[in-house]
Amino acid sequence: MGELVVEKHIKYIISIEKKQDDFASVVMEHLRLNGAYWGLTTLDVLGKLDAVDQNEVIPWIMQCQHESGGFGGNIGHDPHLLYTLSAIQVLALFDKIDVLDIEKVANYIASLQNEDGSFSGDIWGEIDTRFSYIAICSLALLQHLGKINVEKAVEYIVSCKNLDGGFGCTPGAESHAGQIFCCVGALAITGYLDHVDKDLLGWWLCERQVKSGGLNGRPEKLPDVCYSWWVLSSLIMIDRVHWIDKKKLINFILDCQDKQNGGISDRPDDAVDVFHTYFGVAGLSLLEYPGLKAIDPAYALPVDVVNKIFLTK
Amino acid sequence: MHGIPRKAPTQEERDDSSLKAAKLRDLQSLLLHFHHNKIYTEEAIEISAKLLESNPEHYTAWNYRKLAVQHLLDRHQQNQLDSQSPQSILDDELILVENALKTNFKAYGAWHHRKWVLSKGHSSSDRELRLLGKFQKLDSRNFHAWNYRRFITELKKIPDEDELQYTTDMIYDNFSNYSAWHNRSMLLSKLLEKSAKGYEKRENVLSEEFEFVRNALFTDPDDQSGWFYHSWLLGQTLKREPLFLSSSPPHGSNLSLSIDKPYRERHFPLILYFSEAVGGVSSSTVNVEYFYDGGDGLIWFPLAANKLGFSQAWLTYIKYPLDTLESFHVKVTIAQFPGIISSSGMPCSRSCYIYFTASICLNNQEDSELQTTHKISWNEENIKPHSTHPEDANLLASLCKLDITKENKPTTPMLCMETISNEIACSRELLLSSNCKIGKLTLARLLVAHNTLITYGCMDSGTEANYEEILALYHDLMKMDPAHIGYYEDEYSLVLMKQLTPNTESLLKLCGNYQELSSPSISSYTSVRLKGLSLSRVSCLEHLLWVQMLDLSNNKLRSIEGLEALQQLSCLKLSNNRLSSFTALEPLKMLNSLRVLDVSYNEIGAHTIDTRRYLCSSPLNSTTGSKWQSKIFTDGDADLKHFWYAYLLFRDLNLVQLDIVGNAVVDERLKAFLVKLMPALKWFDGESCH
Repeated sequence: MGELVVEKHIKYIISIEKKQDDFASVVMEHLRLNGAYWGLTTLDVLGKLDAVDQNEVIPWIMQCQHESGGFGGNIGHDPHLLYTLSAIQVLALFDKIDVLDIEKVANYIASLQNEDGSFSGDIWGEIDTRFSYIAICSLALLQHLGKINVEKAVEYIVSCKNLDGGFGCTPGAESHAGQIFCCVGALAITGYLDHVDKDLLGWWLCERQVKSGGLNGRPEKLPDVCYSWWVLSSLIMIDRVHWIDKKKLINFILDCQDKQNGGISDRPDDAVDVFHTYFGVAGLSLLEYPGLKAIDPAYALPVDVVNKIFLTK
Repeated sequence: MHGIPRKAPTQEERDDSSLKAAKLRDLQSLLLHFHHNKIYTEEAIEISAKLLESNPEHYTAWNYRKLAVQHLLDRHQQNQLDSQSPQSILDDELILVENALKTNFKAYGAWHHRKWVLSKGHSSSDRELRLLGKFQKLDSRNFHAWNYRRFITELKKIPDEDELQYTTDMIYDNFSNYSAWHNRSMLLSKLLEKSAKGYEKRENVLSEEFEFVRNALFTDPDDQSGWFYHSWLLGQTLKREPLFLSSSPPHGSNLSLSIDKPYRERHFPLILYFSEAVGGVSSSTVNVEYFYDGGDGLIWFPLAANKLGFSQAWLTYIKYPLDTLESFHVKVTIAQFPGIISSSGMPCSRSCYIYFTASICLNNQEDSELQTTHKISWNEENIKPHSTHPEDANLLASLCKLDITKENKPTTPMLCMETISNEIACSRELLLSSNCKIGKLTLARLLVAHNTLITYGCMDSGTEANYEEILALYHDLMKMDPAHIGYYEDEYSLVLMKQLTPNTESLLKLCGNYQELSSPSISSYTSVRLKGLSLSRVSCLEHLLWVQMLDLSNNKLRSIEGLEALQQLSCLKLSNNRLSSFTALEPLKMLNSLRVLDVSYNEIGAHTIDTRRYLCSSPLNSTTGSKWQSKIFTDGDADLKHFWYAYLLFRDLNLVQLDIVGNAVVDERLKAFLVKLMPALKWFDGESCH
């Protein structure tokens, strides 16, 4: 089996936190809060969260908060559920969720639920099951799931279930591994995994593993490291992960590393980025690669962080 | 982010990038400035367009844009000079979206903006469909385009039949278009459901679809898209009402009951088992007639840890407040009124009934609390096979015979059988010329379906269910496609159980009466041995509802889901399997009679990831309800905090004998914890305690 060049990845992540001037960084300035989550969670899974000073990160996060209670992707950007979840998740890593005015954030999230149970990403009304997951995950971490109509939220998610057992972004939309992760995750958190036909979906998911050992997101598409998270975590939540060849997937992820400069790419020999670095490392954790902290498949945070929130409060 | 080759940039590329970065940074900071200060001049709006055309993922810019549009529309409303007409304003937006999509046709913000513009009532279906046509030519799998297409067809009320034709065209253009097949299945479902004109006869429609997909399968058997569609068609063909399969006590049996216990303990379990998970089993849908009228209706419990209240097995307790030796009849009528439904909404409308007798006798030869003062050794010499003891043989034979009254046997529609037979023939033909994996898997599934139709239907075709070929196919698949061996093993296990259990003869070979020879107690257990069969899953439990002692050792079990139905189970051996966590043992919580458990030599504690974490009752998914006391963590001692799930599991079990040696989680600390937790425990890992 190949080797995970942990030190190089740590160096890579720390370097991109600092570098902000090249084109790639500027074009993704609007989702920097997501980037913080990807980078910091990877560091925690690699056991090196202390390489970053939380006293620098946390004030910056709070500056991304809008008066509505929601968070934007960077300072001055409009609030949206996508970045609100990342903010909560990063604070959870540092065990500092209590710096938030939790009522305010929870109210912002709850205000985005629609009558049919779905969630809009922000006041402009785009509806997608990604937002259902985000709302449910956020509110669960804040211990305020009671602020939304959970039954209706589940009903909406179930209405997005397809005939192949998977889930799409809206009712009738094609099954896609990313959406499946969101829907399965939301159902896992709310305790409604019985709505999932585990054998049917499990088979659709396990067929994402292609000859190279990597996973794709839909039939007849190319494998990509990020699906190592979305497909894998879904399989784990429904207890069907033994339906894929774990060793082959581990090798695929390790092949996607840039062993010189650190970082992981979508496919072997492609350019690396923090997004795929996170999904590669998180995937390896789910595959029980030695030396990594266990990550929770539903909350996408280390298990010790999740346990601390739910088992002790 | 995706598909960019990895290579160190040249100095020229680096300079170029810096220049582009600087330009973009300027645009972006200007945009934020305009947005925060609500500046909607022509110049500002032009800059936002430049930004979005080069970076269509900048969501705040789309928000700004919407506010700008509203501002311009308001100006027109107020009849201000030089104000643009709504038509022109919205047209600009549509053009901007098209340009932005040219940069990145997967930008969520761009597609949503277009929908927002359309909600203002502008643009024709033609224009939108033409745009879609362009994008779908570029990438026929672009789900944004397909979603947008569904949005337009709904908005402009384009009929489903037209869209169905579109999928036909797309599929003929390229068979490997999963997105088109998906859309096709959605549209057909809708048309069938509302019995639209031309789609009233379900079987005909499905028949045509089988023919249609056959083209794809024969043309390119290695492409998955057609096979997934075929699998859906198969499911549609086999769709039927849930069936009542078996009960415990079984139909026509004679149950022995004891009155050697207090009144409140004089009850026996009645279990009903269905072909799939159903809900709505209650005293208003199931009528139980016998001498005692308890007044209040019987309470039925689903035997599955399921928040939705659906289960294959349902349990109630029948009271018998008698004092004298006598016998009585019990008649159970199921689905008397509609109300029992499957989780997919199909009603169990066939009413059927079973009856059995119960006799009070002095000798406990039945299922009450079994005195286990002596250790169960699981020694095979202690099992008396059915052939040696004629009385027991009859009892066992009657238990094994899965029988419901002849009138109750459902029939299988001939057309369904024909379709399946036809598809079997086509698959075989295809496999002659192409050794394709999904083709083989499909054939295996078809053969299983065929056997199910024979077993559960009144087939006078004379054919008997044959499982050898199916098992051989799965062996082939394991060799052809080793990456998915876990899946094939699970399917193989399901088929193996189907082969072993319904056949009375084969099942009887696995049964016997277990009596601990070294024990003075006369109690014996009806036992079944399913050891060493490479089973990774258990199923077909409708045939085993009466089992008191079950040996599932030396298999490959990772899950024991389904065992909840075996309410008579007192002794369970699961040693040498692949159970990877205590959470995998959750089904045991429902086995009230369980006293002897052996989970030695498994993998509990050997894994950092728990795959049953969200499938069991736990505070992580709000399913413990009021039972969860986080006091365990604040007040409780260190052991309790550490072993919280083991605590939740074993606290509710009344075990007398437990074996857990050979699991990574076991250490002196855990052993001490468990012994303390279970005061009734007499034997732990072979040694006596308490």
